[in-house]
Amino acid sequence: MFFRLRATMLKDLRILTRDRVGLTIMFVMPIVLAIVITAVQNSTFELVNDNKIPLLLCNRDTGDAARQLESAFQKLGLFAVKKADASLSDAGIASRMQEKDALVAIVIPRGYGSSVEARSAVVASQALASFGAGGDSTKKTVPAIENILLFYHPVLQQSFRASVQGALKSAMQLVESRSLLQSIYASLNEKAMPAAFEQQIVMNQSGITEIPVSRNGNRNIPNASQHNVPAWTIFAMFFIVISLGSSVVREKQNGSFLRLKTLPTSYLVALASKQLTYLAVTLLQTAVIFSIGVWLFPRMGLPALNLPSDGWGLLVVTLVCGWCAVSYAICIGVFADTQEQANGFGAVSIVLLAAIGGILVPSFAMPASFQGVIKVSPLHWCLEAFYGLFLEGGKLKDVMLNILPLLGITLLVQALTLYRLKRKNLI
Amino acid sequence: MSNTAICIRSLSFSYEAQSLPIFKELDLDISAGRRFGLFGPNGAGKTTLINCMTGLLQPQDGTVELMGRQLRTHDTSIRSVFGFVPQDFSFYHELSPMENLAFFGAWYGMQPKKIRERSKALLDVLGLADVANRQVGQFSGGMKRRVNLAIGVLHEPAILFLDEPTVGVDVQTRHAMIGYLKQLNAAGTTLLYTSHQLKEAEQLCNEMALFDHGRIIARGTLEQLLTENGATDLEALFIQLTGHDYRDG
Repeated sequence: MFFRLRATMLKDLRILTRDRVGLTIMFVMPIVLAIVITAVQNSTFELVNDNKIPLLLCNRDTGDAARQLESAFQKLGLFAVKKADASLSDAGIASRMQEKDALVAIVIPRGYGSSVEARSAVVASQALASFGAGGDSTKKTVPAIENILLFYHPVLQQSFRASVQGALKSAMQLVESRSLLQSIYASLNEKAMPAAFEQQIVMNQSGITEIPVSRNGNRNIPNASQHNVPAWTIFAMFFIVISLGSSVVREKQNGSFLRLKTLPTSYLVALASKQLTYLAVTLLQTAVIFSIGVWLFPRMGLPALNLPSDGWGLLVVTLVCGWCAVSYAICIGVFADTQEQANGFGAVSIVLLAAIGGILVPSFAMPASFQGVIKVSPLHWCLEAFYGLFLEGGKLKDVMLNILPLLGITLLVQALTLYRLKRKNLI
Repeated sequence: MSNTAICIRSLSFSYEAQSLPIFKELDLDISAGRRFGLFGPNGAGKTTLINCMTGLLQPQDGTVELMGRQLRTHDTSIRSVFGFVPQDFSFYHELSPMENLAFFGAWYGMQPKKIRERSKALLDVLGLADVANRQVGQFSGGMKRRVNLAIGVLHEPAILFLDEPTVGVDVQTRHAMIGYLKQLNAAGTTLLYTSHQLKEAEQLCNEMALFDHGRIIARGTLEQLLTENGATDLEALFIQLTGHDYRDG
């Protein structure tokens, strides 16, 4: 039996290595995807951290608060501020943005500074009265502050706009707090607050230290490669459905299948051979893509992929993911009647499973109604297992809860395949 | 060893979608060492009968015995008794003849050394030695037919089923293949052959049966059949017994 299996694997390997299109889909496409997606995500990360968002600033006010706000925007470090003439109309701003001169524009309206100062004066007076330190205890209406106008180009995504708004609000908060403090200080001391003192009070003195939660105590902050390389490796593994599913259909369609059914060897040998051969392919895909992440990415200016400390865990997870991918591809091939069916359904189903499995969009960002569906996707469990090793610094025992559902799905797919073959009287 | 190579008793088969059976309670014995031709119009049930004899189809009733052993779906060992040369090219076009033979030899359960020896001998006999390591996908139709035949006879089967083995080949290839099949038969292999090439059948077969509407309507040697029916050749006999109507349905 071993000789028959070896001969069948040799046959499958020969056919595979002569299928240039299949090899391209299995190896070149995922490598290109991993590089492109990592580069894109890395540049987005750098856009937020290193590069600056072009911002058109039109200050139509002449008050101190408006100048302070302008200065605060500059100091945020998030924007590359281009100053527009105060006389530029809203239509003029829109026109410059349509020319992609800037993706975001901020207009400080006329009267902004005086409205901030007026509000600070009233609030300061009420605050002092409540402290019993003088002030005006009569209930005056607190004046509203003129709204800052934020123009944005429609290409700017909602999440990006939210970041811009958050930055703007922190700058506005700073200006308003400073104005309020100055009012209170001036009321109490009848002189302006010393600048150094003001800095001490207003400016943030505490920083933020990021601590990624890991199981092994590693505090390396995950980079775009850590997120993308495992994800697109899983996608590549499952995308062998194009080559393997087609191979099963092709074998059924051409006469070789007819002859195989008349030979004194069970078709289970052919299935075992395909599983072992393509499992080896998934291991090779993983080795190639991970090697590129470790050695080639840094040479391309991308962050290097750091392999997990648990090498055996990585091997087991890769094997289980590969087996699931191979089982799925064979099942598609066994059920499909034509190569078009296998390729079409195979490719679309993998993209869908990747989408709901968190490869394209993080699982946690999915709507609540999708959270149950996510668990149906084998790619989700693969991703969770890889992330457990790559991002959380876990070991094999830590990702067992991801491996077990994956094995369950694999066995279910295998059972479906055998049921179909039995129904067709092939085994 | 049994003197009967193929023994069919009360064989009935019908496809799920069809109400009428393809054949019902069919009996057929073919002696060992014969070159038996099975002829009939399209849709007569020849290929279905061969598929039942090779285990590709499961009959609803009846038995098929090959060299004294009953054919059963899950008994794969009996499949080494026979070889099959289907009408379609039944091999891997991406592989060379040698690679195809190596794979199918393993599936026949042959030893590696025996596979190598038989493959070399067969490729020599069938004029494929020079292209033994070229991909079959690049071959002409005649060369592919010879590869198809080589795979079917690789394990030196006791019975060889041939379903239109020479479709689309030139005269030279046909002569070579018929010559080889006669050699094979002389060495002890029983042949069961179907074809619409009736001239070729006259050259090859030493016994034949006309099969129509799921039953055997005439059987004997060519001389016997021609004499009994007053026909001049097999084609005339064929038309005489099966009629002139199209049989595509």
